[in-house]
Amino acid sequence: MSELGNKLIDGSESSLRAFLDNLPGVDKVGAEGRAAMLGTRSIKTTSKARAIDLAISMVDLTTLEGADTPGKVRSLCAKALRPDPSDLKVPHVGAICVYNDMVKVARDYLDSIGGQSIPVAAVSTAFPSGRASMEVKLRDTQDAIESGASEIDMVIDRGAFLSGKFGSVFDEIREIKALCGEKAHLKVILETGELATYDNVRKASYLAMLAGADFIKTSTGKVSPAATPPVVLVMLEAVRDFFALTGKKIGVKPAGGIRTTKDAIKQLVLVNETTGPEWLTPKLFRIGASALLNDLLMQRMKLSNGRYSSANYVTVD
Amino acid sequence: MSADIFEYAPAPESRAIVKLNSEYGLFINGKWVSPQSKKKFSSINPATEEVLAKVSQGNQADVDKAVKAARAAYNKVWSKTKPKERAKYLFRIARLLQERAREFAVLESLDNGKPIRETRDVDVPLSAAHFFYHAGWADKLEYAGYGDNPKPYGVVAQIIPWNFPLLMLAWKVAPALATGNTVVLKPAETTPLTALLFAEICQQAELPAGVVNIVTGDGATGAALVNHGDIDKVAFTGSTEVGKAIATSIADRGIPATLELGGKGANIVFDDAPIDEAVEGIINGIFFNQGHVCCAGSRLLLQESIVDDFLTKLQSRMAKIRVGDPLDKNTDLGAINSAAQLSKIKELSESGTKEGANIWSAPCSLPAKGFWYPPTIFTGVTQAHRIAREEIFGPVLSVLTFRTPQEAMEKANNTPYGLSAGIWTEKGSKILWAAQQLKAGVIWANTFNKFDPASPFGGYKESGWGREGGRHGLAAYIKGAK
Amino acid sequence: MRIDVMKTYKLYIGGTFPRSESGRSYELKDKKGNFIANPALASRKDLRDAVVAAKAAFSGWSHATAYNRGQILYRMAEMLESRTEQFVAEIKALEGVSDSVARKQVQDSIDLWVWYAGWSDKISTTSGGTNPIAGPYYNFTIPEPLGVVGVIADEKESLLGITRGLAPVITSGNTAVLIASERLPLSAISLAEVMATSDLPTGVVNILTGSKSELIPWLASHMEVDGLDISGAEKKLDGEIKRAGTENLKRIYRFEKDASLKRILSFTEYKTVWHPIGI
Repeated sequence: MSELGNKLIDGSESSLRAFLDNLPGVDKVGAEGRAAMLGTRSIKTTSKARAIDLAISMVDLTTLEGADTPGKVRSLCAKALRPDPSDLKVPHVGAICVYNDMVKVARDYLDSIGGQSIPVAAVSTAFPSGRASMEVKLRDTQDAIESGASEIDMVIDRGAFLSGKFGSVFDEIREIKALCGEKAHLKVILETGELATYDNVRKASYLAMLAGADFIKTSTGKVSPAATPPVVLVMLEAVRDFFALTGKKIGVKPAGGIRTTKDAIKQLVLVNETTGPEWLTPKLFRIGASALLNDLLMQRMKLSNGRYSSANYVTVD
Repeated sequence: MSADIFEYAPAPESRAIVKLNSEYGLFINGKWVSPQSKKKFSSINPATEEVLAKVSQGNQADVDKAVKAARAAYNKVWSKTKPKERAKYLFRIARLLQERAREFAVLESLDNGKPIRETRDVDVPLSAAHFFYHAGWADKLEYAGYGDNPKPYGVVAQIIPWNFPLLMLAWKVAPALATGNTVVLKPAETTPLTALLFAEICQQAELPAGVVNIVTGDGATGAALVNHGDIDKVAFTGSTEVGKAIATSIADRGIPATLELGGKGANIVFDDAPIDEAVEGIINGIFFNQGHVCCAGSRLLLQESIVDDFLTKLQSRMAKIRVGDPLDKNTDLGAINSAAQLSKIKELSESGTKEGANIWSAPCSLPAKGFWYPPTIFTGVTQAHRIAREEIFGPVLSVLTFRTPQEAMEKANNTPYGLSAGIWTEKGSKILWAAQQLKAGVIWANTFNKFDPASPFGGYKESGWGREGGRHGLAAYIKGAK
Repeated sequence: MRIDVMKTYKLYIGGTFPRSESGRSYELKDKKGNFIANPALASRKDLRDAVVAAKAAFSGWSHATAYNRGQILYRMAEMLESRTEQFVAEIKALEGVSDSVARKQVQDSIDLWVWYAGWSDKISTTSGGTNPIAGPYYNFTIPEPLGVVGVIADEKESLLGITRGLAPVITSGNTAVLIASERLPLSAISLAEVMATSDLPTGVVNILTGSKSELIPWLASHMEVDGLDISGAEKKLDGEIKRAGTENLKRIYRFEKDASLKRILSFTEYKTVWHPIGI
């Protein structure tokens, strides 16, 4: 258990349950109403340019397909470093996110093209279902770290969570965190689409933070719904309140379903109004996406030259 | 890098859509006429103090003319119009309001000072919805539970307030027309412009002349209307003080009135509430429409065990309220409607401080021109403070505490008003228990300030007589119905 | 020859039968001028006490189950039935009507109590409802009793007039202060005896006898009184009563029909409750 968690719980299943069950509930309609209201905020054009660049720098550019190949991953890495080859002022993305066996490919290639500062994130612990023994999950994570992953996106055992085995979920996160140590940042994927209720999202967020997560992440991208604004709102509220409780800033990563610049900016507005602008940095907010990057780039072009862009002018990957 | 990225504002809605005349007459018998009084007064934009237009001061002669027009229209046309045709006029009005929604939203924001986000998302769509809803009733009144042959009163005098000018017009005019009455409407002195634009909608809808008459003016105009000998019914929304005066003035005449008056709603937060949504609900309860809401949750009753945490969250949320240009789409809190209202808010706030409550206002810069008041809360308030008893009608929240659910109910009901109340708890049986205990006509549990044409609205005790909206609201315009 | 035990006609306040605190009474004679009784001439202080009793009884009575209220009203009908002869005698004596007319009045009154007894648990069903609002909320409206209602009894048919006024007021859960007919007060006090033996909680109905012109202004201006049935007051007083009632915006009605749902609903308030729907 993390040192911070120690102050709030004693590590026993019962103390964990007492803590989580004592959290205030989330009223669905109210939370969705708040998220929708924030969705109507519009930002001015000059701010929008900076918001787009910020969003680009927060993208965890992701490919998680059975059909992934070293070639596909390398071209994604190139795009991560220079999202718009015609405009080198565009910042690089937040990270590359791939399956385990592609970590080394990505790391090596990034290093070879000057992308040393771009971290490689590996989805781990029997992603996306998490249905494997703990031994396998640990080995999976170890493998990713050894291959050069500096960020681990683990999944929680949703089955255990839904059947009330909070201690089991907690212990798994704790063990993976111990394995990550100083070598890798740990992002804990809650798979909110399977948790079904906002109350569960809040509980799982706290559970992950108490167990030592550096980031809490909405989804694997394999389950719908994924990173809806209200889900992200609830997670941001948890992060905000956890900070008030412990003084520790935990990051948030929505992933899945964020495809347009408008979607991305709505997410940034949620951050700004909930945790505040301190969280508006890739260190504390990431967006897991693939198609989003091109939309951000096209909007960026529109802002700079005043014309709506075409897909012909952005690279496919 | 990040802090200034979200300078949302300004994202102003264009004013170009609104084409104001420099002067307006009275809308009587389907036509614009000059006032007999020969007097005009200015309607200003409370956010800038600029004059928007000159409107007519209706006097007794004007009122008489309007009542005569309404009477003639009732006798000759409207009472002979088939219910299903009446319905179609109302449907037309609903559609026309939807078509011109943007225009109404901008004008309402200009004339009233309320944020465009609210006029766009609440006032105007709800107004259209009210007409659409009541349109459907027009030819189904015999199914409404008021007998087989429900009859209208005839000519209805309607006086509406400045806080929701178009919406209150819709609440009044739609059910009156649906049930077969004709109308003389007096809009509020400071916010007559959307009602005058509504006159154009009546023309576009080809509503028969005299069915809706609009006489602008001040309190004297309203008094002339209420005291007119040939009206059959009065419907008023406004202050309890004026409501009582109206009740007194019609006491001898045997004509009925619906009165929708003041409130001092308690918004009660229990320790098992969904806290984040409760914070939003409190914010919405008191800062929606600058707190110019009769059903505002102007008293926050907090369970003592959560006071500190809750207030911390509330204050940090209040600090994010965006105060300023009502036409900016990102504005949450607009201008106070008038200089008079602002001084009333200030006077009551000062009494709060004098009586020993602690004031806290959200840090925000207020525009130099216009009428503004920051989002404000008073803590350490007791039932004995004026700010816990009197309606402030502004963005000022009084925070009181309680120890047990019983004590919360006792404090919530300890007021001559009885319009609204809020309950925040995740425990279902406690919600139903509290809803049963509270003496208020509208109770929002785990939500606040929600309105719908199908939902009756109105108060207990000194908050008024009768209901508006829903099947129950129809009774106000059907002879002898209850 | 046996000397009759004459009844002392007193007030009915909070379940007890006090004399007027003022010590006053007035002489009641039959049509032939024979002495009948000295009913209490209630004072404004008696009225005040009656309102206090009614207010105190409101919470319990309004939160009793509708079924329970219905049973108690029905019990009153039962008690009335068994005391028919007493009421017939009193009506004959004071109203100077024939036995059959008096008997008809008593029977009609009993039937009217039965009718309103059956209403108690139907009011919400017929007059409340759920409202189909445009949003994820459950929304319902229910009628609730107003509070303390003043009833001014009819001057013509004593028992029936009281029943028309009282039964619709209390079946929904209001409590009442009745100002009895000045001329025909006996049925009112005898009805109090019926109430006292019908499990009607104390204070739900309070009955004052005496001078209407003296008591009505105090009742109309009393800030704890929420509604008034003025069907039994002289019509020319309507304006005065209504003006007196505006200070707390009393709901004041005069009814044409003898028995109607409207008489019940006039002394209810609609309460609308919203709640979000969601998991």
